Amino acid sequence: MKQVYFKIIENTHLNPLIMKMVLNGDTSGVKAGQFINIKIDGLFLRRPISVCELSGDNLTIIYKIVGKGTEAMSEMKEGTVLDVLTCLGNGYDLSLSGETPLLIGGGVGVPPMYELAKELIASGKKVTVILGFNTASEIFYEKEFEALGAKVIVTTVDGSYGVKGFVTDAMKDLDYSYFYTCGPEPMLKAVYGASKADGEMSFEERMGCGFGACMGCSCKTLTGNKRICKEGPVLKKGELLW
Amino acid sequence: MVDTKVNLLGIELDNPVIPASGTFGYGYEFSEFYDINVLGTFSFKGTTKDARFGNPTPRIAECTAGMINAVGLQNPGVHKVISEELPKLKKCFNKKVMANVSGFSVEDYAYTCELLDKEEQVGWLEVNVSCPNVHGGGMSFGTQPSAAAEVTKAVKKVTNKPIIIKLSPNVTDIVSIAKACEDAGADGISLINTMLGMRIDLNRKKPIIKNVMGGFSGSAIFPVALRMVYQVAGAVKIPVVGMGGVASAEDVIEMMLAGATAVEVGAQNLINPYACRDIINDLPRVMEKYKIKSLKEIIGGARV
Repeated sequence: MKQVYFKIIENTHLNPLIMKMVLNGDTSGVKAGQFINIKIDGLFLRRPISVCELSGDNLTIIYKIVGKGTEAMSEMKEGTVLDVLTCLGNGYDLSLSGETPLLIGGGVGVPPMYELAKELIASGKKVTVILGFNTASEIFYEKEFEALGAKVIVTTVDGSYGVKGFVTDAMKDLDYSYFYTCGPEPMLKAVYGASKADGEMSFEERMGCGFGACMGCSCKTLTGNKRICKEGPVLKKGELLW
Repeated sequence: MVDTKVNLLGIELDNPVIPASGTFGYGYEFSEFYDINVLGTFSFKGTTKDARFGNPTPRIAECTAGMINAVGLQNPGVHKVISEELPKLKKCFNKKVMANVSGFSVEDYAYTCELLDKEEQVGWLEVNVSCPNVHGGGMSFGTQPSAAAEVTKAVKKVTNKPIIIKLSPNVTDIVSIAKACEDAGADGISLINTMLGMRIDLNRKKPIIKNVMGGFSGSAIFPVALRMVYQVAGAVKIPVVGMGGVASAEDVIEMMLAGATAVEVGAQNLINPYACRDIINDLPRVMEKYKIKSLKEIIGGARV
């Protein structure tokens, strides 16, 4: 864990409820699949948000406006300095990817897949990405993933764009060496059930501290109790009690 | 030069600042962030006889100037605390630690305290009587003077270390409970534990906390905590450790003026992992500002 003061250099809408914020500061040590915890004036607890992209001194997050914290974030101006804790959580294990990893992101579970895809592609892996949304108007980052050189499949529940249905409908005909996924828990469970290879998934939980002190986000696994913020947010398929 | 030293039940503390139980793990986790030897001491995670996973999640809810937690005393159990956690702590902390103990029966408390009494790293036992008494219909030990006294007597019998009873604020008359503990042999009182609270998720229209209710802490409760510390310190002769919403060096001094010999800092550690270090570093400046030469001398100074 590190405390870093970041300057906001971009805070723009990707669609009415999804925003992209680019932070400039000390990004050293931050890994794909980790999260940052942001102090917001007037709110007590920090807000944990997953890392979407790392690029030199810039760290990008993508967040959905759902409550007071993210509402306040959506109104922040460029140039604002934020008190942020970084290097939180374990991150993805890139060494397990194999040659043809499959990355599956659902809704606000899409962003952490981006840095992961970028790093896997940079190391020569053939990456397929499934991006799941409810409807066409919610889609973001399809082109960005394509620009990285990934094969991208978009699914929408209502069929308004791409494959109609859930991410698991797009998984059926694919062969892959390993999977990485992030999204709402029902989706993670469906991916767990549909997966033909080993993999890992990142979880969400309401957190107190985000760095392992308060035991607010504990869960049980086959390998013992884990704190989503510390031993997670990424858990291996083989340790889940599903 | 100002003097920040205080004496808590025979052990001198470099300063009165103590991270509160449940916000500081078993200490070594925080030694990644700073040298925890700067602390007066700290109170380790509430420890029970057997290992506990605690409550289902969500266990945390945001509040105005505070938070609710319903962790439910997750801990590895006293045997593992002694065999695994204390040895890890020893590598990074060379002071006496305050052992926080919880139980669900009088026998549980005595069992855990007896084992921790043998640990030389432990300087004080802080006994949390806010837990439900499974043999007493689930009522918290800390809500009845007689039950709190019974726990106090049982733990006094099995240890020579100073016993500090940590009281719940969720009572009609905290003074009568504090006095019952004093009469039963308590060496000190600490207060307040969290206040029972709840929040409702407007999207789901259901309680945010899976357990429905939880303990409310954070800056918002400071005035209530300060008032209770003032009341209890005025009614007992034994030392009082004050806590509840403490977030700054100024808050520490207010607590001491209200009658606290030492001051615990809780929720603030969760939003700023450096909170206690920052408060300790700031104490001399604030003492000079208010013309305080020695913290020892201000304890209870506000009494009128």
